[in-house]
Amino acid sequence: MLAGRIGNRRLLTAVDALAAGLGLKPGMPVSKAQALVPDLRIEPANVAEDLASLERLAFWILQRIAPIVAVDPPDGIVIDVAGAAHLHGGEDALLDALTGRLALSGVTARAAVADTWGAAHALARFGGDLADMPPEALRLPAATVAGLRDMGFGRIGDLMAQPRAPLTRRFGPELMRRIDQMFGDAPEPIDALRPADLIETRRAFAEPIAAPETIARYIGKLVAALCAQLETQGLGARRLDLICHRTDREMQTVRVGLAVAQRDPARLTRLLCDKIPGIAPGFGIEIMTLAATITEPLAARQTSTLAPEAPDLSGLIDILANRVGAQAIYRMAPVDSDVPERSIRRIPALAEDAGAGWPHHWPRPSRLLPRPEPIDTMALLPDQPPVWIAWRGVRRRIARADGPERIFGEWWTREAERIAVRDYFRVEDDAGERLWIFRAGDGEDAATGSHRWFLHGVFG
Amino acid sequence: MSAPRSDPALVALRQRIAAIEGDHGPPLAELPFGLAELDRRLPKGGLALGCLHEVAGGGNGATDGAAAACFAAGIAARLPGQVLWCVTQADLFAPGLEQAGLPSGRVIHVEAGDDTSVLACMEEGLRHGSLAAVVADVARLSMTASRRLHLAAKTSGTTGIALRRWRRQADASDFGQPTAAMTRWRISELPSSPLPVPGVGRARWLVELLRARAGESFDLELEACDGTGHLGLPADVAGGPAAAAGRHAFG
Repeated sequence: MLAGRIGNRRLLTAVDALAAGLGLKPGMPVSKAQALVPDLRIEPANVAEDLASLERLAFWILQRIAPIVAVDPPDGIVIDVAGAAHLHGGEDALLDALTGRLALSGVTARAAVADTWGAAHALARFGGDLADMPPEALRLPAATVAGLRDMGFGRIGDLMAQPRAPLTRRFGPELMRRIDQMFGDAPEPIDALRPADLIETRRAFAEPIAAPETIARYIGKLVAALCAQLETQGLGARRLDLICHRTDREMQTVRVGLAVAQRDPARLTRLLCDKIPGIAPGFGIEIMTLAATITEPLAARQTSTLAPEAPDLSGLIDILANRVGAQAIYRMAPVDSDVPERSIRRIPALAEDAGAGWPHHWPRPSRLLPRPEPIDTMALLPDQPPVWIAWRGVRRRIARADGPERIFGEWWTREAERIAVRDYFRVEDDAGERLWIFRAGDGEDAATGSHRWFLHGVFG
Repeated sequence: MSAPRSDPALVALRQRIAAIEGDHGPPLAELPFGLAELDRRLPKGGLALGCLHEVAGGGNGATDGAAAACFAAGIAARLPGQVLWCVTQADLFAPGLEQAGLPSGRVIHVEAGDDTSVLACMEEGLRHGSLAAVVADVARLSMTASRRLHLAAKTSGTTGIALRRWRRQADASDFGQPTAAMTRWRISELPSSPLPVPGVGRARWLVELLRARAGESFDLELEACDGTGHLGLPADVAGGPAAAAGRHAFG
């Protein structure tokens, strides 16, 4: 339970779940709360501390999620995800990732994506349809909200149905401005958070620029200046944010990530220039800022001419990662598991080699289906290969077969796998196609599996 | 091919053709398959490096691309260095590739959304120059795209393998369209080598060279890649196709 001083009254500013269960809510006078619950524990609210921690959280989001982030006091953070959502696999995936990661670090967050700051603010706090939300969702002073309530406006939709002029005369221009901002009729630029120690370069243009060649030239100049700053501090960039402020107060952002810390101007310029087609200059760009959002120490390395060095692939990986997304570039590493789909895992392309490969005593197909496909078969139980199989509507007679290779379920991962069994066969049909099929179950005990047949892979 | 190489008219003609094709860089190296039967039929006695090659599967292999993947893995395995493999559907099984000679530590997989970005990633890989080979699963490969890839491969000396793989069997007729690739292979699965006991023997392929620049096409029945990426010559065709045919007819 937190209490703060607003004006000359002491009010509750935040309550925990237990207190909310007792009927206390924010905005209630402290004396009333104490009357309701006698032995109440009240802590003084520390607004400055709250704001500072909110800024730390916003910086954490800035580094990981999107280039334009600002604090929305007292309890919100606004993120411009345009140009960043695709890196996380879409807006919904971004929201899931964000709330999931916040929950892991012990922060309960409610998040929403909308076209405007106002709408997102309201959706995250109230949910539902915009027109059905209470006037509190409009980010207005408490007195205005109380006035609206007195006049019987319980929904934003009611307000919008009214003529604007009388409402403006009574409540001032703020009310209509907030409504326009919510529905995108009035602009509301986000004043991006810029931490004090952020390495950043900025260039303002006397005349707005729009041509791709001009943008590329100035990107080159910004990168050179940024790299000089990085070099004096002995740092290398892992993530770069380019923000273009347009004449119409919109912002265009470009974010590139690097697999290893870099401060080579040519390479960084190349990565940023690859993204120029994604920048919509509109009527022109007035200001360009380039920031190294994530940096790492980068010391000079000693090279040797005696031993040939492994070729440096990080440049290629960066170019590809910025084209298709970092999670789409990977290497396969072995996992100690007999279950085929669990025997591989993806590791970053530049990760250290995982060492030993897979055991070689059984042949493995070169293509593994994403999930086993059921097939029709005729086979003798318990351990004969099928005589024929029908896969995707084509019936094949089996000429030769190897097997069974029995793979037991991993009882330590799931209870359902405690006695599960798969019997794998490598079969060859009349035409010479070699397929990898399995039967769920050992052929005798129905508890070990359904005894249905599946096709899991194709051999070369 | 049988004309003497010292014929001045032929030499001059070859130089003119080379000038038209834009072969200015250093002479290209070759990668022999290590099978005399196969190598002697290829121009210059091996697979030209620093070029674009096309590989497709025959029959159902046109859609699953399993044998073609093993063939490409076998070629890439015998080149030193890292291999970039661009795909649209991620169904490559790393243990299977390892058994064709290409260990997982040497392959960087790129999963791109569509054919266009696969080709773009392949071109980036070819231009980079420090990779051993770049393999890409593509369905459509236009003349323009293949020429870009071929030029990129030539400037850096990296070998590119376009693994042609279609969504539907009917689309495989696209394989007849001309491209700028140096060679065009089709790998079809054949019944495996017979064993004295029940079971599946070493896999066999019908390896067809459908098209080769400055070379002639042929087909050969071969044994699939072993653990080092080498193809094998089946014992019953080692004496030559005629002998094999005779054995089939009378044996």
